[in-house]
Amino acid sequence: MSSIGTGYDLSVTTFSPDGRVFQIEYAAKAVDNSGTVIGIKCKDGIVMGVEKLIASKMMLPGSNRRIHSVHRHSGMAVAGLAADGRQIVARAKSEATNYQSVYGEPIPVKELADRVASYVHLCTLYWWLRPFGCGVILGGYDRDGPQLYVVEPSGISYRYFGAAIGKGKQAAKTEIEKLNLSEMTCREGVIEVAKIIYKVHDEAKDKAFELEMSWVCDESKQQHQKVPDNLLEEAKDAARSALEEMDAD
Amino acid sequence: MHVRKIIREIRKVGRYLGNYGKFYREGKTPIVLLTKEENLRNKSVRSGKDLGFWGRQEQRQIRTKMDLNMDLNAPHSMGTTIIGVTYNGGVVLGADSRTSTGMYVANRASDKITQLTDNVYVCRSGSAADSQLVSDYVRYFLHQHTIQLGQPATVKVAANLIRLISYNNKNMLETGLIVGGWDKYEGGKIYGIPLGGTLIEQPFAIGGSGSSYLYGFFDQAWKEGMTKDEAEQLVVKAVSLAIARDGASGGVVRTVVINSEGVTRNFYPGDTLQLWHEELEPQNSLLDILNSPSPEPMNI
Repeated sequence: MSSIGTGYDLSVTTFSPDGRVFQIEYAAKAVDNSGTVIGIKCKDGIVMGVEKLIASKMMLPGSNRRIHSVHRHSGMAVAGLAADGRQIVARAKSEATNYQSVYGEPIPVKELADRVASYVHLCTLYWWLRPFGCGVILGGYDRDGPQLYVVEPSGISYRYFGAAIGKGKQAAKTEIEKLNLSEMTCREGVIEVAKIIYKVHDEAKDKAFELEMSWVCDESKQQHQKVPDNLLEEAKDAARSALEEMDAD
Repeated sequence: MHVRKIIREIRKVGRYLGNYGKFYREGKTPIVLLTKEENLRNKSVRSGKDLGFWGRQEQRQIRTKMDLNMDLNAPHSMGTTIIGVTYNGGVVLGADSRTSTGMYVANRASDKITQLTDNVYVCRSGSAADSQLVSDYVRYFLHQHTIQLGQPATVKVAANLIRLISYNNKNMLETGLIVGGWDKYEGGKIYGIPLGGTLIEQPFAIGGSGSSYLYGFFDQAWKEGMTKDEAEQLVVKAVSLAIARDGASGGVVRTVVINSEGVTRNFYPGDTLQLWHEELEPQNSLLDILNSPSPEPMNI
């Protein structure tokens, strides 16, 4: 799927003759190079999981968090350039607190997604700014129920039942489609997400990875938080045994 | 001597100057502009509480006001009675209709219940100008918010916007508001926002000068889970009781009922209201004589 821009890809403010903005497409490639990020909407909440590829054995487990809380009721998982992701998360946090102080209620997830998308899109309009090299999965639980949005570097944002971005997104999407999400609770969802991430992880190309997961559901009292340690361990064990079963075939 | 002339000019013109004009009109002056004698007089008048920035001007001007018996420069104030009550399924807002300028009734049929959105209304009291401006700003912000959200705004959001304006401009504003409405998440809600800019959610709220006479009445008469008709009857009764006792409230009673089905406005003319203790029917009133078809003026 590689196409050479030949001259029309030098600036984000240049269209190509066939109506594409190449810089934005290149930014999307930066997202595709990072570890897989998955989000699913279960019947009582959202579960998000990240395949954190470990660059060095000397890194402390639990450092370099890829999932951040934006407000009490919502969180963001970032794929792509980590520094760009930090900027987006900071902006989202600021939008959420500003909305709360002006309107007196937590920001509806749809509104938050719109604002994040507008901000990401802003950086594709000027020649002196480069597009963000990261995609974001935004999950939140407001008074309209749990909602999941994906914001891409182009500034597009869609609402999903299940979404994946990053390296293994094609394989992950196929796995997610097999799930029956409308009947699943978040507890079960955590196990399923772990299984999918272990499955799509490419052992040959990338060595080690750390699994990071978060949820926001009825069980967590509609607050966004890390999945409790015992449940995370349970999920990892289930995922490893599922892999072994597959390998045994 | 030049300085004294300037100070005199400032005190004369201060009545019309911007946000602090109303202090000048009440006979107050910044203490930095008081003469030595007035300063001494202020000190003796002080009841132990520091006057702060504003001191009292000479007696002379106040006496002139009382001779005229009418201060036409007084700000339009809605000495008022406003009420908001929740019932099982929505809210009922009620108000009287008198707007006064000092002793003169500037408007005897004003509408103090203004619309903010399709499902949220606000009762205004205090300075007519201040309350109109605050509601106009909030209507504008709510309109934009509704467009962005893609669905009707909640009552809580409307109340919060009013509170932010009231609180952040508390030095310059003098208005007490009651926000009431219905939204699909919380149902019918009433929020009281009195003078300083507090925001308080209440099952019922009363405000304005006439409300002083209603605290005991509501303690006894209000109950949880009324029907729509019970709630409206309660509001009309309460406003009419306040009108009977408060000189700054009068005219007609207007009510607005808001629920899931929509908004209903009602109007109760003054003469349809019940008479209370020691109130009498008008007898041999000049209005009857002027309107009577009979040729004999005095028909006892």
